[in-house]
Amino acid sequence: MPEWLVTTILILVKLGFVFFLLLTGAAYMVLAERKLLGRMQLRYGPNRVGPFGLLQPLADAVKLVTKEDFIPSQADKFLFFIAPGIAAVTALLTFAVVPFGPPIRLFGREVPLVICDLNIGVLYFLGLSSLAVYGVTLGGWASNSKYALLGSIRALSQLISYELSMGLAIVPVVLMARSFSLTNIVNAQAGLPFAILNPPAFLIFLVSVLAESKRIPFDLPEAENEIVAGFHTEYSGMRFGLFFVGEYINVIILSSMVTVLFLGGWHGPLLPGIVWFFLKVGFISFLFIWTRGTLPRLRYDQLMHFGWKILVPLALVNVIVTGAILLLLNPAKG
Amino acid sequence: MTAAIFYILSAAALLATLMAITRKNPVHAVIYLVHAFFALALIFFILGAPLVAAWEVIIYAGAIMVLFLFIIMMLELTPGEAARGPGWQRWAPVILLSGSIVVCTLLLMTAEPQAGPGGPNFYASPRDFGYGLFKEYALAVEIVSFQLLFAAVGAFYVGRGERTRRRARGDER
Repeated sequence: MPEWLVTTILILVKLGFVFFLLLTGAAYMVLAERKLLGRMQLRYGPNRVGPFGLLQPLADAVKLVTKEDFIPSQADKFLFFIAPGIAAVTALLTFAVVPFGPPIRLFGREVPLVICDLNIGVLYFLGLSSLAVYGVTLGGWASNSKYALLGSIRALSQLISYELSMGLAIVPVVLMARSFSLTNIVNAQAGLPFAILNPPAFLIFLVSVLAESKRIPFDLPEAENEIVAGFHTEYSGMRFGLFFVGEYINVIILSSMVTVLFLGGWHGPLLPGIVWFFLKVGFISFLFIWTRGTLPRLRYDQLMHFGWKILVPLALVNVIVTGAILLLLNPAKG
Repeated sequence: MTAAIFYILSAAALLATLMAITRKNPVHAVIYLVHAFFALALIFFILGAPLVAAWEVIIYAGAIMVLFLFIIMMLELTPGEAARGPGWQRWAPVILLSGSIVVCTLLLMTAEPQAGPGGPNFYASPRDFGYGLFKEYALAVEIVSFQLLFAAVGAFYVGRGERTRRRARGDER
């Protein structure tokens, strides 16, 4: 087989694997969330479809596809159609740079377990996460509904505010790893994960990621008891489904970013690398669900105050301190 | 090959900007402007500066345009009278633009790097870029950042309003 064909097939296989994993992962995240929330609230959660309710995601998908696809009469149709797509696609694309395991040997060649090891992988992640805002915003605006518009405005200002602290929390990681490539960042954590070396950055990143995912306690863009369902109020059927799945894909992606940037990626004792990676992602995803079951929603002024007056200055100070310490430790390299 | 892509992208950027300044609906204008930034980002990539391309998307398309959208939505600017004609006609430009940008991206992805004349004759890695920016052009960078700081202070002063300013001076009981 010619060289390029093998490379193409390997990339396609990896793509298929990642897509399958992300989509089923997102579907079962929904089930896991409902089950866990149920247990936290002394209920059973869904347990009718299949053994232990394991086929529930399938039933949900069938329901969403067969529902009426409703379009408000005054909506901006083109943007209304395309917005859920933007939300889901930007979430899916992010996984292209996430290294989910150590390189493996296949057909006598080294195969890195990442779809594309960009040398600016961190920036790719930041770029896509800032573009993801458009899906939410345009969806809410195009619906031509007051609730949707309010939800969009909330989402916009929240995502912009917390993106800043998220980006600033990544800076120390890049400083310590001396690279923008996620694979190099994981390799730099072979000894100690950055969560232990720089706990402030880890905590700031974790909180910002929680806000970026628009989930409780930061779910103001879709606060049910204030603005019906926020930006996706007017959506139904599979279009709503895309927003919904996009949100859960986003949770998985953000958990894997936490894992890669701060928890040492695939590094861990005894078990194979890929198992460690998915264990860590699973744990952080569980953390997302756990916070949802435990914390109340913030008020809007609290949200903004916390983001701009606490997280951002803290992250800035952390960048300066980390830079100074690194400079003191090895001044020669500069 | 690269030269052809460059001209297509330049045309796309110009067309998108033209569409942006002629739209009556501000949200549509923002969407066209975002297309222009994407085309520009790809042009930076062709010129051998992937880092600048990434910043173009993150800062201009991802942050500044989002802020524009925020202001537009907050002010609830009522769009001018709705455009006439069927839907596909109104959205043909945006489909054309995003289509050409996506095609150019795919071509660039499959093209051999440094292939033939017109290809990038240098390539700036993030490290080179950082050294260039903060060693060679450090003074210019500092001046620009001071300017931004002045602008921020000025905006803060204006935004505080006359009453709070007077209270801060102690004129008001």
